[in-house]
Amino acid sequence: METPLLSVKSLTIGIRRPKGSDTIIVDDLSFDIQQGERFGIVGESGSGKSLTLRAIADLLPKGVKVLSGSILYNGAELVGMPTAQRRKLMGPEIAMIFQEPMTALNPVIRVGDQIAEGPRRYLGLSKKAAMELAIEMMAKTGIPDPARRARAYPHELSGGLRQRIMIAMALSCGPKLLLCDEPTTALDVTVQHQVLKVLEELCDDSGAALAFVTHDLAVVNQTCSDLAVMYAGHIIEAGRVKDVFSDPRHPYTKGLLDSAPDFDQPDRDLVPIPGFPPNLAARTAGCAFAPRCAFAVDACTVAIPPTLEVAPGHKAACIESERIFEGILA
Amino acid sequence: MTETPVLRVADITKTYHLNTSVLARITRKDDKQSSLHALDGVDLQLNKGEILALVGESGSGKSTLAKILVGSATPTSGELDYHGEPMPLHRNKDASRRIQMVFQDPYSSLNPRISIGSMLKELLVLHNIVPKSEVRAESIRLLNLVGLEEDALQAYPSQFSGGQRQRIAIARALAVRPDILIADEPVSALDVSVQATILELFATLQRDLGLSILFVAHNLAVVQHLSQRVAVMYLGRIVEVAETEELFRNPRHPYTRALIDSIPRMSAESVNEEFFLDGEPPSPFNIPAGCRFNPRCPYASDACRTTDPALETVAPQHESACIRASELDTLALTIKPRRTGNTAA
Ligand SMILES: Nc1ncnc2c1ncn2[C@@H]1O[C@H](COP(=O)(O)OP(=O)(O)O)[C@@H](O)[C@H]1O
Ligand SMILES: Nc1ncnc2c1ncn2[C@@H]1O[C@H](COP(=O)(O)OP(=O)(O)O)[C@@H](O)[C@H]1O
Ligand SMILES: [Mg+2]
Ligand SMILES: [Mg+2]
Repeated sequence: METPLLSVKSLTIGIRRPKGSDTIIVDDLSFDIQQGERFGIVGESGSGKSLTLRAIADLLPKGVKVLSGSILYNGAELVGMPTAQRRKLMGPEIAMIFQEPMTALNPVIRVGDQIAEGPRRYLGLSKKAAMELAIEMMAKTGIPDPARRARAYPHELSGGLRQRIMIAMALSCGPKLLLCDEPTTALDVTVQHQVLKVLEELCDDSGAALAFVTHDLAVVNQTCSDLAVMYAGHIIEAGRVKDVFSDPRHPYTKGLLDSAPDFDQPDRDLVPIPGFPPNLAARTAGCAFAPRCAFAVDACTVAIPPTLEVAPGHKAACIESERIFEGILA
Repeated sequence: MTETPVLRVADITKTYHLNTSVLARITRKDDKQSSLHALDGVDLQLNKGEILALVGESGSGKSTLAKILVGSATPTSGELDYHGEPMPLHRNKDASRRIQMVFQDPYSSLNPRISIGSMLKELLVLHNIVPKSEVRAESIRLLNLVGLEEDALQAYPSQFSGGQRQRIAIARALAVRPDILIADEPVSALDVSVQATILELFATLQRDLGLSILFVAHNLAVVQHLSQRVAVMYLGRIVEVAETEELFRNPRHPYTRALIDSIPRMSAESVNEEFFLDGEPPSPFNIPAGCRFNPRCPYASDACRTTDPALETVAPQHESACIRASELDTLALTIKPRRTGNTAA
């Protein structure tokens, strides 16, 4: 098999405490993203999705560090890479889109100039050529009247247009990996639909791979081919979207699917997951989901369950998976 | 069905005046840009014991309408009837007690400095809901009603998760024994697994207490699951109202169709690729002439650019504000070319 575009191995992110034990937020995460693949990362708030993307983009908040593990991009190790070298990857190789574009856009610079900045710096384009490219990228994201809109400031645009500006900016240098952190969560459903379409079309055209973080299972279903489900900083299940949705093998994944309203099954009862996610600062031994799991047995609270292949390309970290999902347990 | 609705609004408008400094008034020839029509003639009724969902894009006026219904904002014009009687502009204590609100953000809607017990006690005493000696028992009953335990009485809002806070906010609304609940996006800020418990709570309140509930939401899968009727809002107007099943099966307004076609789906087979809604939501400063949806509507005809359609009955219990409502099924979509890759040229 060819080298994956991105290979995350045993990535552990947390807060180092010189005295006392470190707080582990993201624990022993491993996943691969192939060239052009659309990989979804889902989980409830606080499960570590954003920090995972930020670790890849070298944008971890102050105090939060990669404690161990490896992030290989095209075979090159990003963890510990000198900052100057790593910054050169951001833009032409890896780019990131955030939920709220206002936090990533500079409020006092015209949006066209903000998009053109990357191509000038990384592609060595002249001011004029970079602006032409910026306007072309804006047109590609479906922004009407792009030449005029390029002269607007971020606050003069609607949320949907700002998100398109972010997409134009992220894709302007032709990255091979686009990291998306809930890019449509703040948008109305019709605008979300438009923005997702644009994103998919542009990635189709350029061959960029997507690492797509969201809490919305339906959005993952429409956007991604593969996914990982995170709970309390662990990947508890991963595989092809259609396999995981049709045949979940971890009780948490099943819980998520059962609690989400499905437009195509209006009469299905919604089944909430009892209890709350754990406090990461006071982790207990064993499976983090065990306290909320209807199927937990004593062994679940002893050791973190190993991640096992339950079907070709489909992994789950549940020691009771077979008994639960083969119908041995009701 | 001739029962008097518990709440009825007719031709409600709400205009916000902005930018009205003296200088702005002198320099502006018309004041088009300075008055914003958040609500532009809203007709709606809430029936006894139903959950009515209100959906629409952000900025369409949902929260403004919700605030007018609970009395925290006054309409610029229009009528508001409560059980068939005009609601006084300034509500007395009893009138304001009967319509209660639950907000989207359970973090900012509770006072962090007041314990849950004190918060409930204050309301129960203020409105004389129960004798003083029964305040504690009543508070516990309220907490149990929303799925919390007695020990929450001593606790402060910060000690609770988002879902628990939303339960507390609901308990607070229920404390004064309202018969109408206005919930403004009460589950939008919650994770799905928690959202399900709150939706279940609303269904229980409707069933067991006979509450009438206006449920503002933007997730149509949630709406379809919970409500008996749906009202669709667009740019300050209700453009379609119908029973939930009917609305989703047989939408009679092109905007409703666009909404339905945009819903992300959980199963791959039903992914909708057909419809495409053009353009951006227009500004409430500058409402388009004719039908307010016409600039984005794939079915728009010349008449749509001049006629402002009223909300009219198109089928039993089904109203739509579209002059082409009856032809929608037979009209071919005129989809504009979507790929804009070479428009820069
Ligand atoms: N800057 C930070 N400092 C300390 N803890 C943080 C910081 N950012 C996030 N966390 C903690 O890390 C956990 C995971 O956060 P995050 O990756 O943002 O989750 P998600 O994106 O899945 O909602 C949360 O419990 C959060 O409290
Ligand atoms: N207090 C206010 N002053 C001025 N404009 C307002 C105010 N509240 C709301 N608006 C405007 O009124 C319109 C409707 O807003 P809102 O009722 O909050 O819509 P929704 O809840 O559907 O998102 C929006 O254009 C909004 O900007
Ligand atoms: Mg996040
Ligand atoms: Mg609102």
